[in-house]
Amino acid sequence: MAEAATTLLTTSDGRPLKAALATAQARAKRRAFLLVLPLLLFVLLTFLIPIGYMLKRSFEHDGFSASAPGLSAWFAQNPGFDPANPPEEAYAALVSDLALMQKEKTTGMAGTRINYTVPGTISLFKAGARAAKDLQPPYKDALLAVDPEWGMPRLWRAMEAASSPYTTEFYQVATDRKLGDDGWGRGADQDRIYLFLFFKTFLVSGAITLICLLLAFPVAHLLAVLPMSKSSLLMILVLLPFWTSLLVRTTAWIALLQEQGIVNDLLVWMGLLSNDNRLQAMYNMTGTIVAMTHVLLPFMILPLYSVMRVIPPSYARAARSLGATSWTTFRRIYVPQTLPGIAAGSLLVFILAVGYYITPALVGGADGQLISNLISFHMAKSNWSLAAALAAMLLAAILVLYWLYDRLIGIDRLKLG
Amino acid sequence: MALPIYASPLERIWHYTYIAICVLIFLFLIGPILVVIPLSFTADAYFSFTDKMLHFDPAGYSLRWYDTLLTLGHPAPDGPRDANWWAMAWERSTWIQAAKNSFWVGLWATILATVLGTIAALGLSRPEMPGRRIIMAILISPMIVPIIIIAVGMSFFYAKACVAPDSAMNAIFGWMLSSKGCLANSYLGVIIAHAVLGIPFVIITVTATMSGFDQSLIRAAHSMGANPRVTFFKVVMPLILPGIISGALFAFVTSFDEVVAVLFIAGPEQQTIPRQMFNGIREAISPAILAVATILVIISVLLLATVELLRRRSERLRGVTPR
Repeated sequence: MAEAATTLLTTSDGRPLKAALATAQARAKRRAFLLVLPLLLFVLLTFLIPIGYMLKRSFEHDGFSASAPGLSAWFAQNPGFDPANPPEEAYAALVSDLALMQKEKTTGMAGTRINYTVPGTISLFKAGARAAKDLQPPYKDALLAVDPEWGMPRLWRAMEAASSPYTTEFYQVATDRKLGDDGWGRGADQDRIYLFLFFKTFLVSGAITLICLLLAFPVAHLLAVLPMSKSSLLMILVLLPFWTSLLVRTTAWIALLQEQGIVNDLLVWMGLLSNDNRLQAMYNMTGTIVAMTHVLLPFMILPLYSVMRVIPPSYARAARSLGATSWTTFRRIYVPQTLPGIAAGSLLVFILAVGYYITPALVGGADGQLISNLISFHMAKSNWSLAAALAAMLLAAILVLYWLYDRLIGIDRLKLG
Repeated sequence: MALPIYASPLERIWHYTYIAICVLIFLFLIGPILVVIPLSFTADAYFSFTDKMLHFDPAGYSLRWYDTLLTLGHPAPDGPRDANWWAMAWERSTWIQAAKNSFWVGLWATILATVLGTIAALGLSRPEMPGRRIIMAILISPMIVPIIIIAVGMSFFYAKACVAPDSAMNAIFGWMLSSKGCLANSYLGVIIAHAVLGIPFVIITVTATMSGFDQSLIRAAHSMGANPRVTFFKVVMPLILPGIISGALFAFVTSFDEVVAVLFIAGPEQQTIPRQMFNGIREAISPAILAVATILVIISVLLLATVELLRRRSERLRGVTPR
């Protein structure tokens, strides 16, 4: 052994073995990475960069700064002005910018940008821009005579913030904060729509996860204890919904649950309901929950099944032989062994439920909408930066859950079918 | 699952209750899908079983909604059904156009996702792969990130991803882009978006197959003088082919069923079946949707059967015998 420690091991061509191994390993690493590289570049270009671009949009809106250059320059020179009493030169810059907006037809863009933080300003800007050309100095009095709202301190605060194209204001709006005369503050309770919808989305997703777990547990157990030949037949009943188009399943639920639908017809026919007292189970939150539970149930059954299948029955038998009742055996021996499956299924279903769009959009009606639908609503209204800010907040929540999933279960253990 | 002979009466009751509960849950899973099929043969414009249908009166059933799939958008829907009429239906029918679009977009997205995904999965399943965990997390994320976020990000980005009208880039890629030379409103944009969404499925299925793959077979092939290309096509590929095919089928189904990205980034030309269904459900709900749904259910049964056969073949090849 002493000799081995002193003589350096070498390869046949005389290089030290350690160095040769390091080179070979580095080459193997490089080769493995080169195989992944094309896909990584593809995903970077077509997925990561668009999402990064969306995050940038959530901090960016040049609707006002681009159309009001004079006032933006004035704000840059006078950072400490008093929003409650802006000086005459600020009004002069504003009036000339308003005249410019009227000429360039950019009033709508500027008004929209300010409108995010001070609602009702689009019409104010339109009226101001129409009048601006004919206004005479002193501009302050002239503009206030057109509309006294031009003197609002929060309007001046909003314009100052909007004079830079980069802003965090969309996150303030998306977290239900309101711009008041003294700066940003908590909004009135009845206006707290966004955080409420986030809360509602998480609550509904939690409820769906729980229902899925309750429904999946017995089925997964049955599949796990049946002999393989029978369970693969029953497995088809789980996998078929998994493979069926989401729109087909949503359509089916509309046919089943609507007011003149099959479930209601059946209940009326059985005499459980009177004809003019039919269940309102579609186009509201009930419809969303039922249809989403159906869609997400296989995602709970499959991970539970793969864990339950490998639980040896001998532990439960041992517990029974030691005198435990069947309930105690189930609670203290069986359920703890299924926890990895419960965690995997629940996290997956919750993650998928939080971001759901199609089912709530089609069967949710007014009451069953989730946060994704609100993002889509703002996209349709061209409120791009606000939609991006809401999407970024949703993304942050999802990434936390995804990180948790990777920590607890490991992404490489994700299985399909 | 048989009840032991010493089971108490209470346990017997519970056992049958449990079976009944499971039957109800299976009914919940499969019932809605099956109910669509008879409903699609209704003769009326309702989304529900009519009295005639419940009494199995032939007058209550018809193929008119399947016929609608051919005639909607047809310039002469009531004309004589000669070869010319069918040719026109193939060219002009709204649903047939949507089916063609869905098929081609799905096919190209699948090819893109499968080729890139399989190569990457080969690298990811090598023991030397650096940073596997984080790279896997990135490649799987399109499945986890809500589709609305992906769609919003892509719609912003694609509107800016344009080539100048007279540039060399436009001469090469222009035909795949929209009339303005952008990814937005173009087939290429939809194909790329769907390929991204299909990649996680390919990665998951192929790496799962590779985990049962004996890496020393590669070394054996090399030692017998095979170059990497021959090794892949003659040794690796035949063994992991079932995984590749089921990954490809997953990717195809994902694209074939995808509507949100299409709604956000596609133009009016890129009308696909899910988009047509989505608009149909939102606007004028007609049993034609149920006819499409029935056809889609049949397709998914066929796909499921294919995947099951592949899985069994793969298990047999790998020596995993079913219990």
